[in-house]
Amino acid sequence: MTPLALTSFTATSAIGRGLDATLASLEAQRSGLAPCAFETVALDTYVGEVAGVDAIALPAELAEFDCRNNRLAWLALAADGFAGAVAGCAARLGRERVGVFLGTSTAGILETEISYRRRDPASGALPADFRYRGAHNTFSLAAFAQRALRLAGPAVVISSACSSSAKVFASAQRAIAAGIIDAAVVGGVDSLCLTTLYGFHSLQLVSRTPCRPFDSARDGISIGEAAAFALLERPGAGADADAVLLVGTGESSDAYHMSSPAPDGRGARAAMRQALAAAGLEPGDIDYINFHGTGTPSNDEVEACAVASVLGREVAGSSTKGATGHTLGAAGALEAVICALALQQGLQPAGVNTTAIDPALPVSYLRASRRQPLARVMSNSFGFGGSNCSLIFARAG
Amino acid sequence: MSVVTALTACVEGVGLLGPGLADWTAASQVLSGESPWQRVPTVLPPPERLPSAERRRTGTLVRLSLAAGLEACTRAQVDPATLPAVFASSGGDGQICHEICETLASADRQLSPTRFHNSVHNAAAGYWGIATGATRAANALCAYDASFGAGLLEALCQVTVERTQVLLIAYDASYPEPMHAVRPIPDAFAVALVLAPVAGNATLAHLAAERASGPADRMTDTALEALRGSIPAARSLPLLALLARRACGRVALEYLEGASLALEVSECR
Repeated sequence: MTPLALTSFTATSAIGRGLDATLASLEAQRSGLAPCAFETVALDTYVGEVAGVDAIALPAELAEFDCRNNRLAWLALAADGFAGAVAGCAARLGRERVGVFLGTSTAGILETEISYRRRDPASGALPADFRYRGAHNTFSLAAFAQRALRLAGPAVVISSACSSSAKVFASAQRAIAAGIIDAAVVGGVDSLCLTTLYGFHSLQLVSRTPCRPFDSARDGISIGEAAAFALLERPGAGADADAVLLVGTGESSDAYHMSSPAPDGRGARAAMRQALAAAGLEPGDIDYINFHGTGTPSNDEVEACAVASVLGREVAGSSTKGATGHTLGAAGALEAVICALALQQGLQPAGVNTTAIDPALPVSYLRASRRQPLARVMSNSFGFGGSNCSLIFARAG
Repeated sequence: MSVVTALTACVEGVGLLGPGLADWTAASQVLSGESPWQRVPTVLPPPERLPSAERRRTGTLVRLSLAAGLEACTRAQVDPATLPAVFASSGGDGQICHEICETLASADRQLSPTRFHNSVHNAAAGYWGIATGATRAANALCAYDASFGAGLLEALCQVTVERTQVLLIAYDASYPEPMHAVRPIPDAFAVALVLAPVAGNATLAHLAAERASGPADRMTDTALEALRGSIPAARSLPLLALLARRACGRVALEYLEGASLALEVSECR
């Protein structure tokens, strides 16, 4: 594929609002996970909550989109000059030539959950202030972002659970290659809600401790929330060496089970091989891998074996979910931005919380962050329904 | 750097399931005016090809999308296992969403694990893979009322850029109350298209697409227009009417506010 430049990017998660705070946390190996005190949730677990989301007030003209998910999106769009960079791009290329491709798994369902407690006792009707389109519907995130950024190109939400906001990079890349747009805002936003907290709990996939990816004692995920965005454009002639490029994407399906990965890791392997082929790279060219690394026994085992079989067991890797929690539909974009930071800063971020790496996993897992020049990095994202996506990013120089 | 200027594809097969429209044969007779439309509730067939353990777990959207997708593949004479697929729906499974929200609003918030994993927007894509063995990319997307248009754009980008056959399935079904009152989708409807970069034996027509300004075309029949306007996946009907009549022409489908998706349909067979 023809590489695309990430001309601006930003992330907001439990480890910080914006790139500087995120980088500082990664370097300090700080986790943003804390005992769950979210809403009325009564579960013994840790979450990666973003501080201050409830206090965000959307401007009046965006009031129809008000919900926790879009407030979190608004918080993130304002960081790192991202909204300004998009405005500049739209002024240069035309509002119709900039697409919006965003991932979310649950959009503003928290508002629906709360509205269900406020149903009319006689008729069962939802309260009059319930907004289906602007808050509940899966597309509400892209509709909100498109309006907030004053764009007029194609817009879509991709919602394939935990691969959602990795797959947006592939879709946006195709739309640019097809010539229907010249640039795209890609990203993902997922916010804490009862559906995912109680849902993953029902599947017995949630840890009672901060999650410990790749640890012998790992016993589940910690759910987090995040918003992360990138602006994808064809690289300009004058791109500097620190510029980050999307150079490869790979997508596959397990065709195995709704909530368990195929034990042979075939889908994961196919996605990684496809990304390498798209980038024209060999397995040894990858300097760091950001694992999907949820911290469940089966995910980490299947992923470790799949990565070892494709990239070899020597490639340095970590899961940043010990720091951020599993941000579900935002995880692909959040970890893409972490990869972009890693490339720019020459930083291999450690996987935090993991104290005893599972000796059965054939990986070179980083327990301490390392400063080291990186040329190319891979990020894996796998979701329910057997939806797999691997992305490769590279430095321009 | 190669920049393709037009999105094009050949339509290789159509699958359809909707109210009073049992399959593409029945629908094409209605859409071409050969038969009157009897509006009766959509009849969902049992989920073909799924193992019995999975069969019991499937909801409306899985059955809908599976039926339409398999019909399109059969008509196109392609093995569904070989195709990447695009799943477009204006919402997830409404029944499951309602049940989850109701449980979470009750004193006992314990959710059913199966219900939870079936609540994801890409559940239909997951079951499609389990049923057919398709291991290529599956994209599950949503663009509210423009979901068919957005799905068609994604599928056409894949055909155009990756020079591959692609299966598009767009599907929607009703919410129960109280959600139905705020999102009144009247019945279940699914349409599937197998799209290909080059014409083959089964080719029905050639499509060229571009985003346009201006409104979407309406159906001349008022009952069919009501169907088009009330179910997002049925926003495909103006295109399907051309395909049913084997007629060439230009048609505008609903896309995002202030835009439509203009399709030039040619080389009809």
